Amino acid sequence: MIDILQSLIPTVLFFSAPLIFTALGGVFSERSGVVNIGLEGLMVMGAFVGIVFNLTFADVFGSWTPWISILVASVIGAIFSIIHAVASVSFNANQVVSGVAINMLALGIGVYLTKQWYDKGQTDMVTEPFFRTDIPLLSEIPLIGPMFFQGIYTTSYVAILFAFIAWYVLYKTPFGLRLRAVGEHPMAADTNGINVYKMRYIAVILSGALGGLGGSVFALTIVSNFSHSTIVGQGFMALAAVIFGKWHPLGAMGAALFFGFAQSLSVIGGNIPLLESVPQVFLLIAPYVLTILALAGFIGRADAPRANGEPYIKGSR
Amino acid sequence: MTKSNKLFTILIPIISVLLGLIAGAIIMLISGYNPILGYTALWNGAFGDAFTMGETVRRITPLLLTGLAVAFAFRTGLFNIGAEGQVIVGWLAAVWVGLAIDAPMIIHLPLAILASLAAGALWGFIPGLLKAKLGVHEVIVTIMMNYIALYSVNEIIRNVLTEQETTTDAISPSASLASEWLQGLTYFSRMHYGILIALFAAVTMWFIIQRTTIGYELKAVGFNQHASKYAGMNVSKNIILSMVISGAFAGLAGAMEGLGTYGTISIMSGFTNLGFDGIAVALLGANNAFGVILAAILFGVLKEGAGQMPTGAGVPTELVDIIIALIIFFVASSYIIRWILLRFKKEGK
Repeated sequence: MIDILQSLIPTVLFFSAPLIFTALGGVFSERSGVVNIGLEGLMVMGAFVGIVFNLTFADVFGSWTPWISILVASVIGAIFSIIHAVASVSFNANQVVSGVAINMLALGIGVYLTKQWYDKGQTDMVTEPFFRTDIPLLSEIPLIGPMFFQGIYTTSYVAILFAFIAWYVLYKTPFGLRLRAVGEHPMAADTNGINVYKMRYIAVILSGALGGLGGSVFALTIVSNFSHSTIVGQGFMALAAVIFGKWHPLGAMGAALFFGFAQSLSVIGGNIPLLESVPQVFLLIAPYVLTILALAGFIGRADAPRANGEPYIKGSR
Repeated sequence: MTKSNKLFTILIPIISVLLGLIAGAIIMLISGYNPILGYTALWNGAFGDAFTMGETVRRITPLLLTGLAVAFAFRTGLFNIGAEGQVIVGWLAAVWVGLAIDAPMIIHLPLAILASLAAGALWGFIPGLLKAKLGVHEVIVTIMMNYIALYSVNEIIRNVLTEQETTTDAISPSASLASEWLQGLTYFSRMHYGILIALFAAVTMWFIIQRTTIGYELKAVGFNQHASKYAGMNVSKNIILSMVISGAFAGLAGAMEGLGTYGTISIMSGFTNLGFDGIAVALLGANNAFGVILAAILFGVLKEGAGQMPTGAGVPTELVDIIIALIIFFVASSYIIRWILLRFKKEGK
């Protein structure tokens, strides 16, 4: 049992980290009332930028390259998400449609530039990805050490830390209160002097930054190169985590960890006695089936922010 | 006012397409390609000879059907992002019937097509039911259903239809839509009779929406649920019906691929994108059957023509994906185009 946990937990953390980052982005955006189907596209953009930056500057920054890569990917993700913000906040576009367009655009741009810069459909493998490390001191603890602190990607802990920061920002600061107010009842928020458009822009841009971070972490830990099939569905799974976590940062983190658990079971499930006989497909579709069940109210009702998806038009009731 | 509204519904798609193509030209210029050469290659890739024209028609066929699927649900105020999954299950069902049954064509082919309709309808029924009875947002459920379809269908191909193979056998000729006559006309392209079915489906959608009580109720529910309920319509029934019909259209698009173009089904590493492109088609076609036909032709031409761009002008095919995404943005942001047009009108006076 302990052996299983020691091989399972690092894998769960490994698969969950990108989902946690991206889902937190989704929480910010949706809490402010902007539906973000475009999380997938934001991850694609993050993965593309992360890989290209890493390939180009690996010689310059050495072992710091992956960290600087995810930072740059996050910045570009934030800039890219402004398109979604402009369309859905300022131009009153249908937010779902705009999100779908973001997904198509990101993949189009990513693969187009990959072909132009590298003359082929996929980039080379990066030389400076994230590596598994043992965390000093903590990994020496018997029992818990090997489970949680040996052969771990540091990014997994950064992701969990971010979830707590996001929770603090959303629930313990005036900024968070305003952001949530704008998502629940924009007119009331506006009457109280909150700039609805500004809050929504900030929220969408935050989701772009976190989505870019998630995509680049996924690319630099799990796949190590960029092609059209680098990000296939992780963004939608993050969206599922947002909903399964009931639009709460810690809930989203929990959901992302759970989905990561389901994914790692489908990878290493063959080694676990009880799960050997379960066909892999059930583990693959589990996150999606569970999300539908959660929405249907079988696992506690998930209610969206009241004004989610509605453009705010000043003066209209 | 109604007259200018009608004008806008025609003008906005046209302006959006032009802006998208101009943006594509600018992107080509910036990345050092010749846009005239690029668009010439695209034109030749779509209309160059009989073969490419046949292939273009083949490309248009499923797009037209997924466009109708999304547009139909839109009319009832529902957003069917799940066309993607409905295409996949429709494709599987059609090929399954094509493989498993032995019957004369007059029974076999309709049966295979019906199977795809039923599978797509089922995949639309679940989100419809959840929306109608529990108020669950259809967008999220349909996205989740897409993935459930993708993984389940792959599993069935791998373990039920074949023994760990990646592609099934070809369906029996009695279930095939392929046509030697059309292939002969177009120098052995994969063009098949499906285009007639797709066009017939467009007429069916127009007829249901414009000429039947069912269509009237579906539209009424789309405009105002409360008013429809007050008028004595069954809102839940209409929501479910709309998703079922929408799913059936998308399932039929799967049959076009399964019975017409490929005659097989293969394990998919990702989505076919037919469903997502259908959203673009429906949006550009203003959710109107005739508009959807035009939009499907445009996107079919762009997508097929893109294949010629790398060899003809050195431009990556993905340029067309960027152009399509931009066109969607422009149509979706029609609010601002409308505003600018009105501005110009006022200044002109």
